[in-house]
Amino acid sequence: MTTTPIAHRATAVAAHAHELSKVYGVGETQVVALDKVTVDFRQGEFTAIMGPSGSGKSTLMHCVAGLDSFSSGSVRIGETELSTLKDKHLTQLRRDKIGFIFQAFNLLPTLTALENITLPMDIAGRKPDKQWLDQVISMIGLADRLGHRPTQLSGGQQQRVAVARALASQPEIIFGDEPTGNLDSRSGAEVLGFLRNSVRELGQTVVMVTHDAVAASYANRVIFLADGRIVDEILNPTADAVFDRMKAFDAKGRTS
Amino acid sequence: MFRTALRNVLSHKARLLMTVLAVMLGVAFVSGTLIFTDTLGNAFHNQSAKSYKDVAVGARVWDTRDDESDSESDADKGTPGVDQKTVDRIGELTGVASVTSRVSGFAGVGDPDGKLIGNGWSNTGGNFTPGKDGKDPAYDFTEGAGPTEAGQVALDKDTAARGKYKVGETVRVATNGPVKEYTLSGIFTTEDGAVNAGGSLVLFDTDVAQKLYLEPGYFSELSVTAEAGASHDEIRAQVVKLLPEDSDVATGEQLAEDQARDIENGLSSLNQMLLAFAGIALFVGVFLISNTFTMLVAQRTKELALLRAVGASRRQIKRSVLIEAGVVGVVASVVGFLIGLGLAIGLRSAMGLLDAKVPAGPLVVSPTAVVAAFAVGVLITVLAAWLPARKAAKIPPVAAMGSAHLPSTTRSLIVRNSIGGLLALIGSAVIVLGAAADKDGGYIIGGGAFLTMIAVIVLIPLLSRPVIALVRPLLSSVFGVSGKLASLNAARNPRRTGATASALAIGLTLVTTLTVVGITVGTAIDKSTSDNIRADYQVSMAGFDSIDPSAVDALRKAPGVSALSPRQMASFETGDDYRNATALAPAELEKLFNITTVSGSLSSMTKDANTIAISEEIAKSEGWKPGDTVPAKFGDGKKEELKVGAVIQKVDFLGELLTSTELADRHQAKPYITEIWVKMAGGESTANEQALVDALGKNPAISIKDMEGIKNEFSGIINTMLNILYALLGMALIIAVLGVVNTLAMSVFERQQEIGMLRAIGLDRTKVKRMIRLEAVVISVFGALIGVGLGTFLGWAIGETIKGSIPNYALVIPWDRIAVFMALAAVVGMLAALWPARSAARLNMLTAIKTE
Repeated sequence: MTTTPIAHRATAVAAHAHELSKVYGVGETQVVALDKVTVDFRQGEFTAIMGPSGSGKSTLMHCVAGLDSFSSGSVRIGETELSTLKDKHLTQLRRDKIGFIFQAFNLLPTLTALENITLPMDIAGRKPDKQWLDQVISMIGLADRLGHRPTQLSGGQQQRVAVARALASQPEIIFGDEPTGNLDSRSGAEVLGFLRNSVRELGQTVVMVTHDAVAASYANRVIFLADGRIVDEILNPTADAVFDRMKAFDAKGRTS
Repeated sequence: MFRTALRNVLSHKARLLMTVLAVMLGVAFVSGTLIFTDTLGNAFHNQSAKSYKDVAVGARVWDTRDDESDSESDADKGTPGVDQKTVDRIGELTGVASVTSRVSGFAGVGDPDGKLIGNGWSNTGGNFTPGKDGKDPAYDFTEGAGPTEAGQVALDKDTAARGKYKVGETVRVATNGPVKEYTLSGIFTTEDGAVNAGGSLVLFDTDVAQKLYLEPGYFSELSVTAEAGASHDEIRAQVVKLLPEDSDVATGEQLAEDQARDIENGLSSLNQMLLAFAGIALFVGVFLISNTFTMLVAQRTKELALLRAVGASRRQIKRSVLIEAGVVGVVASVVGFLIGLGLAIGLRSAMGLLDAKVPAGPLVVSPTAVVAAFAVGVLITVLAAWLPARKAAKIPPVAAMGSAHLPSTTRSLIVRNSIGGLLALIGSAVIVLGAAADKDGGYIIGGGAFLTMIAVIVLIPLLSRPVIALVRPLLSSVFGVSGKLASLNAARNPRRTGATASALAIGLTLVTTLTVVGITVGTAIDKSTSDNIRADYQVSMAGFDSIDPSAVDALRKAPGVSALSPRQMASFETGDDYRNATALAPAELEKLFNITTVSGSLSSMTKDANTIAISEEIAKSEGWKPGDTVPAKFGDGKKEELKVGAVIQKVDFLGELLTSTELADRHQAKPYITEIWVKMAGGESTANEQALVDALGKNPAISIKDMEGIKNEFSGIINTMLNILYALLGMALIIAVLGVVNTLAMSVFERQQEIGMLRAIGLDRTKVKRMIRLEAVVISVFGALIGVGLGTFLGWAIGETIKGSIPNYALVIPWDRIAVFMALAAVVGMLAALWPARSAARLNMLTAIKTE
């Protein structure tokens, strides 16, 4: 876990949240999901977001990824400020600059693996970069399964297709929402390996929400959320370190 | 279980509303039709009873004079009707209070512009028969008085109003003779059924009417009123003795009943047409209902499995689904019945607007109508839900535990496809067989058609994949990823797509079949008309009566007439065969018609009046050839030797035999002229037509048709038929919209997660909407394609059987109309997708992509 990000990209910020707040409801029933969170996701960095249930980790990711609206503060993807964007432009931004990996794979059962991989480009009406596509496909090792439909693939294979889909359009940043949540540990390790490789070798930026300490240990950095605030951060984490930190939350939860 | 079922109904209101709508439409048509015809029948019944209220006995005496006018003996002569002497004797019979004697016939009234008032076949003229008090009990005069002089007439109130005639003004009245001018003496109202149904009635002085319609001194109808307490049957028995043998004598009660029955029979065709609409709505509705319940059950798999897991039996599950269907059926029936009630009221007032006057009367809601509406609505719904209910009962309890949707078994599709394939095979075989058969082929084809239709419906799921795959490249290239995904989604659940498309397919099969047949036949007739007729105008009576011979002379004098021939009916017997012939003027024959001579020559008819022309068919069956002599016996008992002059190709509207008018005249007291054909210098023109109108004395009862008019006379019927059909198509489209909405709503619901993912990775709202809309269009157009294809096939098959009887038959595929059908289907898709597309676009991405 000592790999440093590619030097020339190290300083650039792929996504930035400033004083980001998300509040549900009003008055008595008010719930603060995010409380003035400020965070940077640097280019070429693999970040894991952790925290107990209800800590706001998923909400943070959704808001930064332009999937959800927020109450106040600002979010920037590259140079683009999200708070002022209308749905149409926000959708375009997600299409062109962001890649997604979901817990439930979310592949289209009617499309083949290859068609699923190129779907974001199809939506944009762009031709995929052939060379890049080949590189991604050979990396995930599904070259012989491209004509298969998702139902003919195992869960691990499906999620690898999903990873390839996120990578294929060369987005500025990839968000993963519990990408290993539905996988056995071996398949999960494979998928996480690909994500890490994409960061190391391809210079990709990845932000991943997870509750699994082992998964978090693949990241360069882990940030911990509790009650809508960032409460801690570990650089170059090990699974044990993350695990211990999470246990502290549990203990706190039990005592408070 | 009942409460569970009820709660399920309530929780799926929107979805079930669609289903309810289809059943509702069907029930509305069934109950509306029954209420409407009951109401109308009742009104007419009362009307008849009213118009015969005072009649004890009515009698009709037929004109039994023979055609031969030279016979001197009285016995042979027969009688034109009943004379005044007999009328007086009937009046003296015991129990008889009074006798009214009538004579009637055609009388057309022109409006001030010379146009005929009314529609031709209900323009009647009769005599005014004042009693001792100077009043005719059948007519109530609102203005003026009845005609008592030769130059006077009275008009019914509506006709007077439509012609804007006032008492004392001059009215032009055309009977079968030339048009004459009369002074309007009065305006009356009457209970006469024909007048109340929108006909016109002209009353003449009795002497005038007798001269016009029969013989001076004679009547053709009698109505007898009885003194209080006298038996109508006894009077009838006495009257019968005084009248000629074959007269129709009946009591007033019988007459009222007969008339009511006649009217009811007349209504039955309307009744059948409306019930056909109901049938279509319900038939298509079955698919819709079945589809909805299948989806509801699929959607509720987990819930139902849970019920099974906690101990509900299969039967209870099945019953709960059926109860749910029953509740839907009852609700649909109640609403449908109320709409039907409105429909009946609306139809009645609509008929009032359309000149067809309907007597007023109370709305009659018979128990039959109520029972039929509910039986149909509830039974159809429950029956349609039967299969889904069975499917629900088969859900294993373990399904409650699984998270994934249970995949539908492919086995049942294999069975389904095998059955469909077999049916299709048998159906096509039967159709081919029927098309090859000469006689009764129509019925065989009908049977085959029905089988094929069922087969296609059964096979629709199988067909959906390859057909939709065909359009995929087009959709992908035009609409990009939205088009591609839409076509993939449409083919995703073949069963559902099939059921949805069936609604359109069935409707369009019917409509396309009849359109193809109608247009093909119409084109053939058009071609025959223009091929065979050289004349420019056809002159005939508006009321389908014969034209007075004076019209022939009048037309001959018209400027510009270059050729003219009356067309008369002639009949004679050759051996044992009774033959109808068309009599024409031989010298003008070839100027007016284009007749192809097979052998002999038509000009031989000009030399000898006894020369006839025969069709190839007769020549073949009788073995006659030009030069042969055929002995013939005419209606007047006289015999003539006829000579075959020519064998011709049959001209449909002229019949199998042509004779000269001279021959026909020789054996008829008065020639029966159905029409007069006229050719004019300069062909058709406004001036020429006016010249004919002027020559006929601007007679409102005579119609002059040019070629276009003649063609319309034939194709008009076809067009009317097609227009009724298109109303049917409209109905099928409405139901199809409901079906598509239903299916799409379900698809959107099932694919929330997918749609959410697509939105997340960058498919904007517009494209999501387009995707759903295109899916709807693909399903609709697929259904339409099946319908149009099957319809064209059936149209061809039916055409094959009627081919022989229609000259110039050539299959015409009405591409323009088919294109309109397809476009309509696409519109159906677009409309149906409005709401589902909107809800898909508004889907919350986060809930959609979050896993449970």
